[in-house]
Amino acid sequence: MSVRPQPHPVGPKPPFWRDRAKRALIFQVLLIAAVAAFLLYIIGNTQANLAARGITTGFGFLTNTAGFGIVQSLIDYSSQSTYGRTFVVGLLNTLLVSALGVLAATIIGFTVGIARLSPNWLIARLANAYIEIFRNIPLLLQIFFWYFAVLRTLPSARDSLSLGEVFFLNVRGLYLPEPLFESGFGLIPLTLGIAVAASIALVVWNKRRHEATGKRFPAGWFSLALILGLPLLVLVATGVPVTWDVPQLTGFNFRGGITIIPEFLALWLALSIYTASFIAEIVRSGIQAISHGQTEAAQALSLPRNLVLRLVVVPQAMRVIIPPLTSQYLNLIKNSSLATAIGYPDLVSVFAGTTLNQTGQAIEVIAMTMAVYLTISLLVSMFMNWFNARVALVER
Amino acid sequence: MTIQEKMLEARPAPKSTVGPVAWLRANLFSGPVNTVFTLLGLYLLYLLLTPTIQWAFINADWIGTSRDDCSREGACWVFVNARLGQFIYGLYPGSEIWRVNLTFATFAGLIAWLAIPRLPYKRWVAVATLVGFPVLAYFLLYGGHFGLRVVETHRWGGLMLTLVLAVVGMVGALPIGIMLALGRRSQMPIVKSFCVVFIEFWRGVPLITVLFMASVMLPLFMPTGVSVDRLIRAFIGITLFQSAYMAEVIRGGLQAIPRGQEEAAAALGMGYWKRMGLIVLPQALKMMIPGIVNTFISLFKDTTLVMIIGLFDLLGIVQAALSDSRWLGFALEGYVFAAFVFWVFCFSMSRYSQYLERKLHTGHKR
Repeated sequence: MSVRPQPHPVGPKPPFWRDRAKRALIFQVLLIAAVAAFLLYIIGNTQANLAARGITTGFGFLTNTAGFGIVQSLIDYSSQSTYGRTFVVGLLNTLLVSALGVLAATIIGFTVGIARLSPNWLIARLANAYIEIFRNIPLLLQIFFWYFAVLRTLPSARDSLSLGEVFFLNVRGLYLPEPLFESGFGLIPLTLGIAVAASIALVVWNKRRHEATGKRFPAGWFSLALILGLPLLVLVATGVPVTWDVPQLTGFNFRGGITIIPEFLALWLALSIYTASFIAEIVRSGIQAISHGQTEAAQALSLPRNLVLRLVVVPQAMRVIIPPLTSQYLNLIKNSSLATAIGYPDLVSVFAGTTLNQTGQAIEVIAMTMAVYLTISLLVSMFMNWFNARVALVER
Repeated sequence: MTIQEKMLEARPAPKSTVGPVAWLRANLFSGPVNTVFTLLGLYLLYLLLTPTIQWAFINADWIGTSRDDCSREGACWVFVNARLGQFIYGLYPGSEIWRVNLTFATFAGLIAWLAIPRLPYKRWVAVATLVGFPVLAYFLLYGGHFGLRVVETHRWGGLMLTLVLAVVGMVGALPIGIMLALGRRSQMPIVKSFCVVFIEFWRGVPLITVLFMASVMLPLFMPTGVSVDRLIRAFIGITLFQSAYMAEVIRGGLQAIPRGQEEAAAALGMGYWKRMGLIVLPQALKMMIPGIVNTFISLFKDTTLVMIIGLFDLLGIVQAALSDSRWLGFALEGYVFAAFVFWVFCFSMSRYSQYLERKLHTGHKR
């Protein structure tokens, strides 16, 4: 006897709340409705509140005169400038302290991270102590420490600490000599450009030759010599067309030279030292993530130690290091907004602080400030995705 | 020819490879470069430690009541001593301080129960910590019921406020973070994109702008005439900010659970919430604890930012005490004390999370 396959019994259609597709649709429609209702409620309240306070919305205030000065500005700025210009000044100051902070944090972080792996017990312990101390203390506290406990207690201009009567450090900041370029100096950037172009050509040629013949040529050292040597040669040949404007004590203050305000110094020090402790941990774990088999295999090919590092360990470690490293850079940029606590004129301080208080345009100002940070983090994560796609292991 | 019939005793290792001298040679003086580094390190240590120890201990003043008692060159711990009550409890009324102590003793007990692996009933204690404790803390700290008098939030401050902010941010962010993480993995395109935008928005902006937003824009969003307590504004800002970071940690944990687990649960006829609540989340949450502890550490450090919107957390109250005209010039002592308190909390938490990571890894390490 054979069993005939019975056609599957078709029951009544399930109710719509048991149908997954319909349920998803209903759920999403409800979500949109809820979000829209929430937004409408908020917008309605905001309009009522703004009307009650007599605030007109819009970005017209950006062309009004700001009427306050800013202690540090990379572009021309005076109290006659507009609020739009304060925005740009603040943005540039944020970018300045972030860029220099990233640079210093990278140098300190890589040094400490490598020192942490040193076979020397004492050096490894010291590096570990640095990491554990600085990453477990709030950044704001570190900024206050450098600003109020260190830089604010420095002597006055008369009793400045000086280095060779050229660099001066006092309670008003750090004074550096400023180079003044005379005519004929234009040749030097030009030769620098030529040297860089020649080095790139050299490196490309070397790589092609290496791939074709297997012969190596120390292109790195030659490029370094070219980039440093050629402009230096021209500098000497043209009779050093640079004079230094050394700061001079006149009355109660210094004149001339470059002044670095203490707010900048405090913020920069704290940001670099704090972020460096995280970078050091990233570098350490990145190098440790390379399996021992890799180094052993490279040694078995009798590669010398420096080539093992350069060709085997570092390229693989960088793949592990760079993604968390960029997110630390992003953190540093966002943390630079703590400038407002000590009065360094960054974006949040001059725009979301002073400008907001003067104009009362809370929504526009906060939205613009947030948009800047969002743009930066979007750009960085785009770079990250590009980088990850480029270095990803080619798997089957 | 002799035949060895007995097993020979193992000989001691050569003198040059054991003992303190050998250790020194291997770890500190293994070559000329290493020797130079060791000496440099010792010199650096000497340069840093001698003035610090002299300042903080040998030349320091410990006992007294006013700045006149600080006659010596070193640190004036009298200042910290005199202000200790304020640094810990803010302006909380002296007769009510037992309420703060009781709240934090309860919290410490619950956390200790959760942290020690041997103790049973973990799930119930976790529920008590996340649901019961906040209610208890509200009644105890704010008062107004059961015969306790009301203590307005503007009197809260110091270490107590720091802890309250961190714990509220954490307890509030956990459920929102779980929902956001589940939403981000959802099949429904609108839910997914809503969660992605929400998470990336809060992760992309600095906490300080979030706090500014909470303090200046939140009053605009409320119906006219409704005012929100300043502390509540900070709570809202911190919770939203923290939930985005929490969502990413939870998403990482969810990704670590093999797909088969969810499929097996679906094969048993479980619905979405049963699959998540009974199968996936319990396994994932366990793996996420180190990540959650790490975000809690950064939240704990970030609570210092509330002083910028006018709340007096530990750092804020130290900063305020520094401008007291009776105690001018003791900035270093104040900061060192605050740094020490923060450091003890953060360091012990990070050690705990490292311990957990090691413990959790044993099963998975290949």
